[in-house]
Amino acid sequence: MSDHPTTYVPQSALAKWFESRLPVMGLLHSSFVAFPVPRNLNYFWTFGAVLFFMLISQIVTGIVLAMHYTPHADYAFQSVEHIMRDVNYGWLLRYLHANGASMFFVAVYIHIFRGLYYGSYKAPREVLWILGVIILLLMMATAFMGYVLPWGQMSFWGATVITNLFSAIPVVGEGIVHFLWGGFSVGNPTLNRFFSLHYLLPFMILGVAMLHVWALHVPGNNNPTGVPIKSGKDAVPFHPYMTVKDAFSLVLFLILFSWFVFYMPNYLGHADNYIPANPSVTPAHIVPEWYFLPFYAILRAIPDKLGGVIAMFASIAILAFLPWLDTSKVRSAAYRPLYRIFSWVFVLCAIGLGYLGAMPAEGGYVIASRLLTAYYFAHFLIIIPLLGLFETPKPLPNSIVESVLGKAGSGSGLPTGAAAEPQTKG
Amino acid sequence: MNKINLIAGALGLALAFAGTAHAAGEGVNPPRQNWSFAGPFGSFDRAQLQRGFKIYRESCSSCHSLNKVYFRNLSQPGGPEFSPGQVQALAAEYKIKDGPNESGEMFERSGRPSDRLPSPFPNEQAAAAANGGKAPPDLSIMAKARTFTRGFPWFITDVFTQYTENGPDYVRAVITGYEDPPAGFTVPDGGNYNKYYPGHVIAMPKPISDGQIEYPKTPDGRPQVPETAEQYARDVTAFLMWTAEPHLEQRKRMGFAVMVFLAVFGGLLYFTKKKIWARVGGDPVAMHHPHQSH
Ligand code: HEC
Ligand code: HEM
Repeated sequence: MSDHPTTYVPQSALAKWFESRLPVMGLLHSSFVAFPVPRNLNYFWTFGAVLFFMLISQIVTGIVLAMHYTPHADYAFQSVEHIMRDVNYGWLLRYLHANGASMFFVAVYIHIFRGLYYGSYKAPREVLWILGVIILLLMMATAFMGYVLPWGQMSFWGATVITNLFSAIPVVGEGIVHFLWGGFSVGNPTLNRFFSLHYLLPFMILGVAMLHVWALHVPGNNNPTGVPIKSGKDAVPFHPYMTVKDAFSLVLFLILFSWFVFYMPNYLGHADNYIPANPSVTPAHIVPEWYFLPFYAILRAIPDKLGGVIAMFASIAILAFLPWLDTSKVRSAAYRPLYRIFSWVFVLCAIGLGYLGAMPAEGGYVIASRLLTAYYFAHFLIIIPLLGLFETPKPLPNSIVESVLGKAGSGSGLPTGAAAEPQTKG
Repeated sequence: MNKINLIAGALGLALAFAGTAHAAGEGVNPPRQNWSFAGPFGSFDRAQLQRGFKIYRESCSSCHSLNKVYFRNLSQPGGPEFSPGQVQALAAEYKIKDGPNESGEMFERSGRPSDRLPSPFPNEQAAAAANGGKAPPDLSIMAKARTFTRGFPWFITDVFTQYTENGPDYVRAVITGYEDPPAGFTVPDGGNYNKYYPGHVIAMPKPISDGQIEYPKTPDGRPQVPETAEQYARDVTAFLMWTAEPHLEQRKRMGFAVMVFLAVFGGLLYFTKKKIWARVGGDPVAMHHPHQSH
């Protein structure tokens, strides 16, 4: 980048004293005040702030819930109901936390889609991207274990089904499953260790998220054109431009969040989880939370158990290899007419898999799951590598500012509105 | 506009996706009811909850426990709101097992508002033994523990219409869903045909019939509402919705305040943002940023 952020100048004597010993204010200043961001970022770029907010919200509500929750197979369900009924605003805490997990995933999937669409994973942002994939995995583990804690029917049977997957591993599988359970079936030891890990993992997420932001601040933000910042005209300082935009976007997101928390708090969960866990009664359908459904569909699409498990993990791991699978020289889908279509088809594919994950694994649903699973992997392994070789990209603008304001004042030839108008609209 | 569409599309898709979790299931869907507690401004009808409690007490409580509910809850705001005196007197009618006392004996005493409603059976095995092998489930959170398939596209439209009364609709339907089995359907011994219960064979006998329970009278000597099975079912279901979600009214009220706050705050932020970004809009020559000056 051509210009560097102003360095923080401490004003008071105390601030100077402190800054010369631990320059943390300078770090924050250059990261969240003076940090230059492309002036054409659209609202897809506000989900990082939303995610940060959701992580903190989960940690805060989670810590307070943990003060009232009892991680014991005989009391867990009771204690959650105690939170819902007797703890002051306990219902609010729990509904914030349970729906917060869903909103966290809504935000992270949009955030990931942004990366896919605008090619944000491409050099020099590979490490940033891989850190993101690690966060996704940690989030999944956290949410899975959190869902076990209320110890309802879905908690218990979900935990049974998912932990059982590890038994597919040859030779050591059985041993691993017993090790995970702390016994010969899902039971109190399982609940205890899941609680311990559910408390731990969010703080690991926080740590990785900080590395993620650090890795962001080296190359800086990508933007809807994919063209890097070339001069000061292309950029605006983070504060107040992004802070106010992020805040606005966050408030919109909170309206969505509140809609669920206050008006339909159980819509995203399963009614069965209000039935206490019962090892001798299997629910008619064991279905994971909505955010796991596409992966669950991939798991069930493969006729072989071990194959299914491998495919499921591969479907997430493959994201980490994307920077090297993509052969295109152009980042943004805005200038890639074919990739643009394929990236939306991919979204439809993921939603289709999600739908199938909720359906019973029988008949036409299985066939459809197999087709979509094949397409899911083909998207990464065939379509993306080939597109880069055969697609003819549209001409790129010379700079961000040119894409925003047009070469000679004519804004028309712009590739997408997405790239064009953040400072005038929205 | 394009980017707004893009975001709206992405959000819509994410939500559609969220809803698919609800797409699986089977059975006859219960007819939809109008509930006073539905919708963003819903609240319980106190008189209905009081009648519902009467049904629970005089019919269901011989088989079903309600063990998450304390007597004191019955006088709390947002519920049936019996007076504390009524609750005290009601609790005192029950015998509660307590102890051990100083000499190590268990003893019986009369109930207090701080007691839970007592269960009809000492344990689940006894409950099952008395009911042909199937224990009647606790009813405290029953209204949230049952649902039925809405199917596409309803599971999406439900998000916008805030239809969340699947549980109460089902419970009401099951209580009244007893009818003669269709020709060729054999109901096993100890089972009863029920139109809405998944699989249609339910262990619970028809729990309530017309005229079974006497309702409070209006001054002219007629019952407040008809003494029909249909009305009983609605009333007890509303009561069970309250036991399942005792803070429903507070939740919806707070929700409205939060929404108004967010809308106003969001509006202010929108104009603030417009104003701030206007500084860099338009004329490229006029663009000077603090960090460019050195
Ligand atoms: C004679 C005992 C008895 C009475 C009285 C009774 N029930 Fe039941 N109830 C049962 C049994 C037994 C079951 C379990 C049915 C099964 O699983 O097949 C049950 C199940 C239920 C269910 C769950 C159905 C499901 O989907 O699993 C509901 C709801 C219910 N009862 C409500 C009521 C209500 C409300 C009343 C009072 C109006 C009532 N019951 C009165 C015995 C009774
Ligand atoms: C990454 C952040 C987190 C995610 C995604 C997450 C997710 C979840 C989920 C899905 C549930 C089940 C919700 C339900 O149906 O009840 C849950 C429950 C719970 N979580 Fe978390 N959680 C996070 C952070 C935390 C933290 C930091 C703590 C504590 C320090 C915590 C403590 C709890 C407790 C005590 C429960 C059980 C109570 C309940 O079920 O509501 N969580 N979590």
